[in-house]
Amino acid sequence: MPLEIASLSKAFGRYPALKDVSLSVADGEFLALLGPSGSGKTTLLRILAGLERPDAGQVHFNGEDFLSRPVRERGVGMVFQHYALFRHMTVEQNIAFGLKVRPRAKRPGKAAIAAKVVELLEMMQLEGLGRRFPSQLSGGQRQRVALARALAIEPRMLLLDEPFGALDAQVRRDLRRWLRQVHDQAGVTTVFVTHDQEEALALADRVAVLRDGQLVQVGAPHEVYDHPANGFVYDFLGAACHLPGLVEGGRLTVADWTTAAPADAPQGQVEVYFRPNAVDFAPADGDGFSAKVLLAGLRGASGKIECAVGETLFELESLGARLPDYLVRGAQIRVAPNRFTLFPAERSI
Amino acid sequence: MKPLFRLPGVAPLLLVFSLAVLGLLIVLPLGVVFQQAFAQGLGAYLTPLRDPDALAAIRLTLLVAAISVPLNAVFGLAAAWTVTRFEFRGKTLLLALIDLPFSISPVVSGLVWVLLFGAQGWFGALLQAWGVKIIFATSGIVLATLVVTLPFVARELIPLMQDQGWDEEAAALTLGAGGFTTFFRVTLPNVKWALVYGVLLCNARAMGEFGAVSVVSGHIRGLTDTLPLHIEALYNDYDFVGAFAAATLLASLGLVTLVVKTGLEWRFADELAASRRH
Repeated sequence: MPLEIASLSKAFGRYPALKDVSLSVADGEFLALLGPSGSGKTTLLRILAGLERPDAGQVHFNGEDFLSRPVRERGVGMVFQHYALFRHMTVEQNIAFGLKVRPRAKRPGKAAIAAKVVELLEMMQLEGLGRRFPSQLSGGQRQRVALARALAIEPRMLLLDEPFGALDAQVRRDLRRWLRQVHDQAGVTTVFVTHDQEEALALADRVAVLRDGQLVQVGAPHEVYDHPANGFVYDFLGAACHLPGLVEGGRLTVADWTTAAPADAPQGQVEVYFRPNAVDFAPADGDGFSAKVLLAGLRGASGKIECAVGETLFELESLGARLPDYLVRGAQIRVAPNRFTLFPAERSI
Repeated sequence: MKPLFRLPGVAPLLLVFSLAVLGLLIVLPLGVVFQQAFAQGLGAYLTPLRDPDALAAIRLTLLVAAISVPLNAVFGLAAAWTVTRFEFRGKTLLLALIDLPFSISPVVSGLVWVLLFGAQGWFGALLQAWGVKIIFATSGIVLATLVVTLPFVARELIPLMQDQGWDEEAAALTLGAGGFTTFFRVTLPNVKWALVYGVLLCNARAMGEFGAVSVVSGHIRGLTDTLPLHIEALYNDYDFVGAFAAATLLASLGLVTLVVKTGLEWRFADELAASRRH
């Protein structure tokens, strides 16, 4: 693996930001660091860039000791959360900066730099904006300039810190698709930080989930989504509901519902996790745990059912453009998750 | 005048009040100074300005400003950099120290130097033995001016640099720029307008400082009198035309500063807006 991160730890004062994180990234891979704010993902990225020093651990890139190298010699392209464009320079000057500050021996000629700038402007669909200042651009345009500036130095690794954090949903989706294209074209190893699970799952080759400075799970998006390591990952990867349950003698009991337990189920007290859109509804004499409907209504192509199971409130989704007759406010119904995941009770969140 | 936002009833009241205060406290006295200076015609106005003592005072004032302003510009940059780019114990204390010259009387700033370097001061004997003269000499005036004008540049830069953060500098480093390249091509251009403001204000104060300089100068005419001290000396001699003529000169230096500042603001309005926004 070209990028090897071994046992990284970092604390800010008494607050630990990273705890013994080890991770490998393959050549040309697109890796997402996913986690809630304060999980240490940005700290990890900044350590890779050289903007932050770890207290312990190693980082090797293509066999060289990365931590002993100053930022400027690492050859990483970094895209900052708020773009960090040079505000007093035009778009062209921003993109050319990394080439212009090279030592004379390694600096390309003026014409070569200008050609590179034109090429990148074209690649980023920024033609005609070269003479503008960053303050005259929209958020999406600034983001693309930041990316062009990072790519101009032909980085050995691309690091992106919440690259779409400040953009609205539509621009986000466009840029996301387009970033993946740029990555596939350039083929450069990319690590990007996000707190948006949808973005991580849609974009990355592999996802590394962080929580409180610790690496919780690493894997391909579908692996992580289908086989989350614990309740936290399950919860973080999408809307989730959970209820306490009991596994005994091959049977799972949740509230007043008993069903066959999966073969690999943990024994004893468990937490039963399911997605709000992976449930079957039935009338009061049907299959499932009993619930009381508090609110039922259609939301576009699906129905939204708010119900109470004991003290716990759930917002569930029923598929299909029509609601069955028994799904009305105040009715007693039964709900059976058609896909669920069990975690031992003490590891739940 | 076009209202940007109107509070009914209050707006004209505030407007009239602020104009009245400005007129009474600033415009009127300034007018009087010029009126008095020219009271006996242009010839009488120019004569005191050709006086060798007056010329010496002008020269000294410009010299003191020429030394203390660049020094404080460098200090202000360094201090602002330290305060906004590092987290350390005693940061609040440092900020308070930078502000101290604003809050204590200039006379005190001057007296401190007399206490330290005067003939009866702590280092007085030592300096005398070495033949170094600080009190009642140009170096003392420069020192006193330095202290009084110390906060101007730092005060302009600190809020701006705090606001801008250091992402751009970090970006420059990742792009391969060294420390000096980053400083001269990213940091400095980003704060240049605040720096220019700070320098202009610092300069106006350096040329106009009276209290601190008065304590350390010794008022030797033609030698250690700066322009403000020279004006006072003339005034005490009942040479009103001379005093007001010199005063117009000093006021004009201040007005020039103001005009330059406004001119810069007008000329570079776009760039200025960009450096704050974004």
